[in-house]
Amino acid sequence: MNFDVIASIMTIVGLSTPILLAGLGELVVEKSGVLNLGVEGMMLLGAIGGFAGGVMTGNPWLAVIAAAAAGAFGALLFGLFTLSLNSNQVATGLALTIFGTGLSSLLGLSFTGRIVMPFGSIFPPVIAKHPFFQVFFGYSPIVYFALIMVVAVAWFLNRTRGGLILRAVGENDLSAHSIGYSVIGVRYAALAFGGAMAGIAGAYFSLVITPMWAERMTAGRGWIALAVVVFAGWKAGRLLIGAYLFGILMWLELFAKAGGFTDFLPAAQAIPSQFWAAMPFLMTVVVLAIISSRETGGGNAPACLGKPFLPSN
Amino acid sequence: MAILTRRDFVKAAGAAATLPVLGSRAFAQEKVKVGFIFLGPIGDYGWTWAHNKGREAVNTALGDKVETIYTENVPEDSTAVGSIRDLANAGCKIIFTTSYGYMDQTIQVASEFPDVKFEHCTGFKRADNVSTYNSKFHEGRAVLGTISGMMSKSGTLGYLGSFKVPEVVLGVNSYALSAQKKNPNAKVKLVMIDSWFDPPKEAAATETLVNLGCDVVTTHTDSPAALQILEQKGLYGFGQGADMSSFAPNAHLTAIEDIWGPYYVERVKALLDGTWKSGDTWDGFKEGTVVISPYNKAIPADVVAAADEIQAGYKAGTYNIFTGPIYDQDGNLKVKDGEVISDADLAVMDWFVKGVESAS
Repeated sequence: MNFDVIASIMTIVGLSTPILLAGLGELVVEKSGVLNLGVEGMMLLGAIGGFAGGVMTGNPWLAVIAAAAAGAFGALLFGLFTLSLNSNQVATGLALTIFGTGLSSLLGLSFTGRIVMPFGSIFPPVIAKHPFFQVFFGYSPIVYFALIMVVAVAWFLNRTRGGLILRAVGENDLSAHSIGYSVIGVRYAALAFGGAMAGIAGAYFSLVITPMWAERMTAGRGWIALAVVVFAGWKAGRLLIGAYLFGILMWLELFAKAGGFTDFLPAAQAIPSQFWAAMPFLMTVVVLAIISSRETGGGNAPACLGKPFLPSN
Repeated sequence: MAILTRRDFVKAAGAAATLPVLGSRAFAQEKVKVGFIFLGPIGDYGWTWAHNKGREAVNTALGDKVETIYTENVPEDSTAVGSIRDLANAGCKIIFTTSYGYMDQTIQVASEFPDVKFEHCTGFKRADNVSTYNSKFHEGRAVLGTISGMMSKSGTLGYLGSFKVPEVVLGVNSYALSAQKKNPNAKVKLVMIDSWFDPPKEAAATETLVNLGCDVVTTHTDSPAALQILEQKGLYGFGQGADMSSFAPNAHLTAIEDIWGPYYVERVKALLDGTWKSGDTWDGFKEGTVVISPYNKAIPADVVAAADEIQAGYKAGTYNIFTGPIYDQDGNLKVKDGEVISDADLAVMDWFVKGVESAS
């Protein structure tokens, strides 16, 4: 094979990580029963928040914290309208997308043309840039954070009391409320977490992939993150597989376009690149159809997903 | 005491929203409005940024007589019709639509507003009130191809395209032909990413091209993302539409800069004088629409000399990269020895020259 396998793997990791981060955040939010479609807006807020933080402090760690805060701000604003004022979640989520896109563009005006140092690997260059070992150690800390969070989110949701409460709120909010748990409080916390994760995902674009600010630089990845949550059936482990699968498909699209198959797998080169580009969305639709048709009534979607909480008392 | 209900709030907000409009009308009467439809954000530091500089030139030269307004991020689909119409309805007397994909929409709105002049960039459909204008970017590509052909060690050159439209095809062909003049075995690997502006996809596509052996990558997409990747990898690239050296001081060899200001000022002046007529303008090096940025110090002197020679040839009108013999990808002779492809044929070119590898 006359292409660089190590570099290709690293490209795939770069494509998958923001989807994984934003997907994990949205998974927790949806498990609590809230459907926040504003992922793209929160990611862009995180991208400009992180970039601005990086430019102003010169410290990439503070920049990531700023990005998380910016994303969480967007999510909490969404929460104000949907949880406290009971507005329609779908409409408000779309509004958050538009708002996040616009506000990030506005704030980004004074940061156009600026650059920061890319938030690269913190391992010593001798392994981070080593021709082979870089495939394990050459990544930004955000990549390793995302992988750790997969384990953390899965453990939290399935093994802790807090996770149980959150899932209860998402499955049957009225019962959880009558036991005495604060449904609104849990959902606000979930939203803040989801916003922070989406913000960090956005910062991955402006601090790691292309260390600059460009309007709409997340280019629709937020919508892919929403799709991957569905594809994963709301399970963190499957989300990891889904995010990396989507990353591989995105890489395949470009690899096919560049004629990469021609020398070693000519049959594959005949498949139009648009097929690979469409695959993530096709697969999501197929998985959704399979989940919905199961007799146990709709699969793993949290029962209260998207419904406002309206206690009778 | 009445509680502020949601209805009251909406009523008051609606009333308050009309106030700014009442104030501005007093001033808006005298100045002629000039409208711009932009494909991307003016902060893209590339294509739209350059058009916006042209708009600013209009403000500087004619600010006492005209007022410019613009709409950014207009998609190249049916929604553009609404955006163009909005500018016409806002009172614009001349509207510049700055991307190929606005062609049919411009013609459509132009038929609805016969008194408004329209200028469509990089297209080929005209009407009594619709002009087209373009820049001979491919002249600039000949300079980039010359530099790439001489400086690439692997002989495999990467090219990030957007869509298979004549403007892009011309650029790829000019680049390939000029690189092959310096390195007859040079190949151009072309990837069309189906977008004019998508920084993460541009970055991933650049990485893919590098993985497949390219050590110089050129783009026809609008962000500096590719250059940043090339900088990280210690390879070479070029700025597109603007000087992007601040993003990649080592990788950025030079750039093709789009200078729209003089054309815009000339056309707005013609509108004000009443001498505006529909036509097609396709300027290049000679007229100053295409400018090459300062060379990176890393470029050796003989390469600089070769690049300067191309520029001088175009400015004097003695050089044309599209001079035969030219073969297509299948090896057929499309242009005979000594023949020059006419501007009219260039404007609708849809085939690639030999040496261009494109699977998209």
